[in-house]
Amino acid sequence: MTPSNSWWDWGYAAEALPVLFDGFKITLLATVLGTLIALVLGLVVAMVRRTAPAIINAPFTWLVEFIRMTPLVIQLVFANLALSPFVDSTLMIGIWVLGIHYTTYMAEVYRAGIDSVPKGQWEAATALSLPRVRTWRAVVVPQAIRNTLPALGNYAISMFKETPFFVVIYIPEMVRNAQTFGGDNFRYTEAITLAGLIFLLASYPTSLLIRRLEKKLA
Amino acid sequence: MDGVIGFFQDLGPNLELVAERMPQIVDGLLVTMLAMALGALLALVIAFVFGIAQISKFVVVRVVARIFVEFFRGTSIVVQLFWLAFVLPQLPYPFGFQLDPLLVGVLALGLNYGAYAAEVVRGSIGSVPKGQYEAISALSLSPTRGMFRVVIPQAWALMLPSLSNLWIQLLKGSAIVSTVLLYDLFFQVEQLRDRTGTWFAYTFALLAYYLIAWLIVILMNGLEIRAKHNIGRGPALSQSWRGLFQAPGSTPEGGRSARVVRDKSAVKAGTAGEGGLA
Repeated sequence: MTPSNSWWDWGYAAEALPVLFDGFKITLLATVLGTLIALVLGLVVAMVRRTAPAIINAPFTWLVEFIRMTPLVIQLVFANLALSPFVDSTLMIGIWVLGIHYTTYMAEVYRAGIDSVPKGQWEAATALSLPRVRTWRAVVVPQAIRNTLPALGNYAISMFKETPFFVVIYIPEMVRNAQTFGGDNFRYTEAITLAGLIFLLASYPTSLLIRRLEKKLA
Repeated sequence: MDGVIGFFQDLGPNLELVAERMPQIVDGLLVTMLAMALGALLALVIAFVFGIAQISKFVVVRVVARIFVEFFRGTSIVVQLFWLAFVLPQLPYPFGFQLDPLLVGVLALGLNYGAYAAEVVRGSIGSVPKGQYEAISALSLSPTRGMFRVVIPQAWALMLPSLSNLWIQLLKGSAIVSTVLLYDLFFQVEQLRDRTGTWFAYTFALLAYYLIAWLIVILMNGLEIRAKHNIGRGPALSQSWRGLFQAPGSTPEGGRSARVVRDKSAVKAGTAGEGGLA
């Protein structure tokens, strides 16, 4: 079907929608798995930085900072080229790179959360001679996580909006599909505009929810 | 020869290749620096205009500013970039023009990160204590003069750490502009790959961006120290030059984000985390 030469062609937009939704599934999958990776690894990184001896801590801290301060786009292309001989799924490479990139942010959030647990709590754990593992698991982490929930939610949304960076390694997420669809038909207007609107429709209500959570916790 | 072993084996010849390709790499570096600087400038203007507009006493101004900010935060940077690069040229008259790729990059970066920064500006102005506003009227300063001489200097010191983080975000985001045919640093380093292999080319690219990010950190740390000194809350730059090399989020009192998380007013204002990303 040839789109008419107007601002907007509804028929053409309707054709683009299923293609976009196919991509949206991958966008969502990447966001969910990426968030899980960052949630778990972020806590691990924060705990390592808090407990490891200086000789390990210094290079580790530098590595975390390096990943955080360099472009996700380059990390994606690099990892894809370096790992594609060993890993079949480009999507899995993308998800891990995204997850690890955000791990470095989440680690900062957890660190701030751990720092904001009052010193008295640590002292109380020592006074009760709680074992080290139990102090972390039962005293520090539950309080730290509560303080950090809104920031973690914000990063999940931010990750959602950065999944289109996957276009550089040709993962067929929503924006890549919009680009391909537009290129195949020599008309980009509907597909790319709709992709943007879908992002807005999905991320705005979520950010309102998080703002509410912030007020409740504050 | 590629892989980690190849990286070290071929390091010498690869560095010679870099030297040989230096003119192109410098060209790319200039494009990246230009996109990053102009994008940040546009973002800063947008941040102040739409940050302050959101606390205007006119409802219409507030609503329009709010819609603008939510729109550009909510639609991804990549979508905005593609829209300016691919959709805009295809629109009917009076649009339908092809912008220069650099302008596309600067506009997309400036609009997107400017919208995030507008939230930082709004939040920081909101966290200036109420007593300061009372002081403005007590000294019978005009509201405009009070805004520029009392409120903004204090808010500026508060917003600099978040703006610094956002500027690094903008720099990192700028690597995507090579997808709309802007020959930036990333593009030029990718051209190296055929001859040096993946590991060398991309390590070089990451290091180059890392160094630029540090330039931003040092500049913004300097501005922050100066801003704090100007409002009487810290030593002069000449006495605290070590502060220039403070990594973002690693201040002695437990990190910037720690301060932000503890500061509930900043959390409410949406500046939590690194520059209030989402």
